[in-house]
Amino acid sequence: MPLDTAPVRKMLRITGVSASDPLTYRLMEMGLIEGRQVQVLRRAPWGDPMHLRVGDYELSLRATEAALIDVAAE
Amino acid sequence: MHPSASGSTTNISAGPAATPEHGPNAAAPASSESAAIALVGNPNVGKTALFNALTGYRRHVANYPGVSVDLARGPVRGASRTLEVLDLPGTYSLTPASPDEAIVCDVLCGHAPPRPAAILAIVDATNLPRNLYLLSQVLEVGLPAVIALNMIDAARARGIEVDARLLAERLGLPVVPVIATQPETVAPLVPVLESALRAAPPATRVPLPDALARATSALVASAPAPLQPAKALRVLADPDGHSEKQFFKLGGDRCVLAEAREALRAAGIDPGPAEVRARYAWIDRILDGVVIRNLPPGDTWSDRIDRLLTHRVAGVAALAALLYAAFYTIYAGAQPLMDAIDGGVGWLGLRIGELLPAGALRSLVAEGVLGGVGGVLAFLPQILTLFALIAILEDCGYMARAAFMVDRLMRPLGLSGRAFIPLLSSFACAVPAIMGARAIGDRRERFITILIAPFMSCSARLPVYTLLIGALVPAHAWLGGWVRLDALVMLGMYLVGVVFAIPIALLLRKTAFAGPSTGFVLELPGYKWPRLRTVLQRMYLAGWSFVVRAGTVILAVNIVVWALGYFPRSADARAALEQQQQAAGWDDASFESQLAGAYLRESYLGRLGRVIEPAIEPLGWDWRIGIGVLSSFPAREVVIATLGTISNLGEETDARSPSLRSAIQAMTWEDTGKPLFTLPVALSLMVFFALCAQCVSTLVVIGRETHSWMWPCASFVGMTTLAYLVAWGTSAAGRALGL
Ligand SMILES: Nc1nc2c(ncn2[C@@H]2O[C@H](COP(=O)(O)OP(=O)(O)OP(=O)(O)O)[C@@H](O)[C@H]2O)c(=O)[nH]1
Ligand SMILES: [Mg+2]
Repeated sequence: MPLDTAPVRKMLRITGVSASDPLTYRLMEMGLIEGRQVQVLRRAPWGDPMHLRVGDYELSLRATEAALIDVAAE
Repeated sequence: MHPSASGSTTNISAGPAATPEHGPNAAAPASSESAAIALVGNPNVGKTALFNALTGYRRHVANYPGVSVDLARGPVRGASRTLEVLDLPGTYSLTPASPDEAIVCDVLCGHAPPRPAAILAIVDATNLPRNLYLLSQVLEVGLPAVIALNMIDAARARGIEVDARLLAERLGLPVVPVIATQPETVAPLVPVLESALRAAPPATRVPLPDALARATSALVASAPAPLQPAKALRVLADPDGHSEKQFFKLGGDRCVLAEAREALRAAGIDPGPAEVRARYAWIDRILDGVVIRNLPPGDTWSDRIDRLLTHRVAGVAALAALLYAAFYTIYAGAQPLMDAIDGGVGWLGLRIGELLPAGALRSLVAEGVLGGVGGVLAFLPQILTLFALIAILEDCGYMARAAFMVDRLMRPLGLSGRAFIPLLSSFACAVPAIMGARAIGDRRERFITILIAPFMSCSARLPVYTLLIGALVPAHAWLGGWVRLDALVMLGMYLVGVVFAIPIALLLRKTAFAGPSTGFVLELPGYKWPRLRTVLQRMYLAGWSFVVRAGTVILAVNIVVWALGYFPRSADARAALEQQQQAAGWDDASFESQLAGAYLRESYLGRLGRVIEPAIEPLGWDWRIGIGVLSSFPAREVVIATLGTISNLGEETDARSPSLRSAIQAMTWEDTGKPLFTLPVALSLMVFFALCAQCVSTLVVIGRETHSWMWPCASFVGMTTLAYLVAWGTSAAGRALGL
């Protein structure tokens, strides 16, 4: 499933990253690549962006970019 | 250990191994002079904290990514020589996504001076895998390197242990564990850096997929000037990007690049993602057994705070409450101290008045210097309070959370939460805020942020608001003093700028900067206690620069204003008034005060004032306010000094009020004798200051950051016109309402 629809606080594993515009490239460089774990911690007060935990750090990302990342529940 | 090339992977060092520009010999001749050492690392890993610890400097440190956006140099004394450390912006990769990151890339690749002789790579022990991504790129640029393993205290507190010795062995490089915020822990770095200057560059090469390695070698082989394999890889990985531009600038061949890209496409390899995967695979091997995580079960401390502070109801309420509390503290908290300083300066002025003989010198000291600049200095406690609050907010980690919360609200303006951070710091000063916009990747968003930043009320407007509100807004309080009318008016003044910035951002978005909306990728650092030292440093620097401004620009402008207002003092004016005295039967005191007024009207300043009077009459201001506003174009606080000087010049010495606030209250129209400063006049003057671009430094920085003269000119003309119109509207509305 795309990351933007993923349930909150579930441990997820990235199964694919589509598109390769500079922004997704940067997300990959920051560790959002296949096989890594992510977790959606929460959404911002107005529903977007999302607060993620990626490995050992935390990151904020809009749903439109999160939609380019496919994840599966662990 | 160097992960060996295996199976389908090949080392990219296949090209000319020791390029003349970067070989170990290149560093040797520099050994007699001071050798530059570049501090390189991800954003917010403590580069500047380490720089400060090494050099004893006071660069701005804060707990959010993107604090440093330019280069700073500082000396470090080693045993045998002086080293020069370069503090650089943070970056996640050598493929830059914003102008501040491009600086790092340019310095490391030798496109921009200064040329580092070695690299001090700083990595965050709490988050090694991602930190090693940049490190793996940096180790390939061919400079000797030392690794500072920072934040070991924070890592330990979280249950993360790093085996520094094993890491050093795997990388074949010195790894020094440090805590940058505890300067005594960084001393061992210095001798290691000194010996690194004599060492060979690391031989570390991340194994790449065959096709990518081949394409890299093809590019290297075809390059007219020696090209490092690492640089060739950067060119391939980022089509149309920064490195590609540099490649063409150095005479790179378009056909060869196109061929190399075509070969990669044929092999089914997207160079960017392929590089990322190869690097993370390498990182996993390096870190295997190096990082031991004993994370305690349950949520982290930071996460529990976030539950509250980013909650959809509690979080928003907390943000609003925080902002109001900040205004309340800035306005009310510093008041007693300011009153004391103001009273003290007034008292000093009167005493000096008694000591010096009457004449130009006494007037210069009492009215020009003390009445003017002294009045400005009274606002020092308030400036310090403002900067203390901002420093606390910045260093605890809340800034990034606030950006996270408001991102959705900023989207219709073509901005993201990323722009919120410079805009908030613009309430302190627009100049660093506009520079801070460099951390915004998208050009359109960056330009809009730069152009609306001056609408946020900076610390130079604060004294103007405080003075006028204190003098004219009646003291009402509700809820046991927690809600005060004056604090609300103050908040209102800050909102004026914000409210006008919104349509302007929309306008820019629809015209000059139309285009698709940008993304929002922001690292959220963990919360931590703000460091006292960091807060005090911020206050010290802000306070010092305020005092320096008062002693230079403000003093200089004010002396000019004083001189124009004091001279010529013709004997004719006195004679004319003496004749009137007989007729009107004035006593000596009222004669003296009439004379002071007549001198001021007759002065050069008074004549100039009458020239500009028609322009400001619609606003309900008299010529003295007009002069005050004109004189404040070099720096906003000058208006306070000018009003202080003019009001004192127009009074005979003994009748002078001891405080600036009462002087303002006592000023009257020259013809009717009615109070000059009414509520509508004060409000329109404050609104004018809220919206006007009266700051030379801001305009210069806008020019520098937008690389054009058009934008600062447009800002100046646009903001000044807007300020005039809105001040006129405020004044008219105030009179219509009978305020
Ligand atoms: N606990 C702890 N905090 C640290 C350490 N080093 C730095 N910090 C804190 O980390 C935050 C970031 O420090 P900076 O020095 O501004 O980081 P930077 O790498 O210069 O950041 P940018 O300029 O944004 O790239 C600040 O709040 C520092 O006080 C450390 O060793 N331990
Ligand atoms: Mg920094």
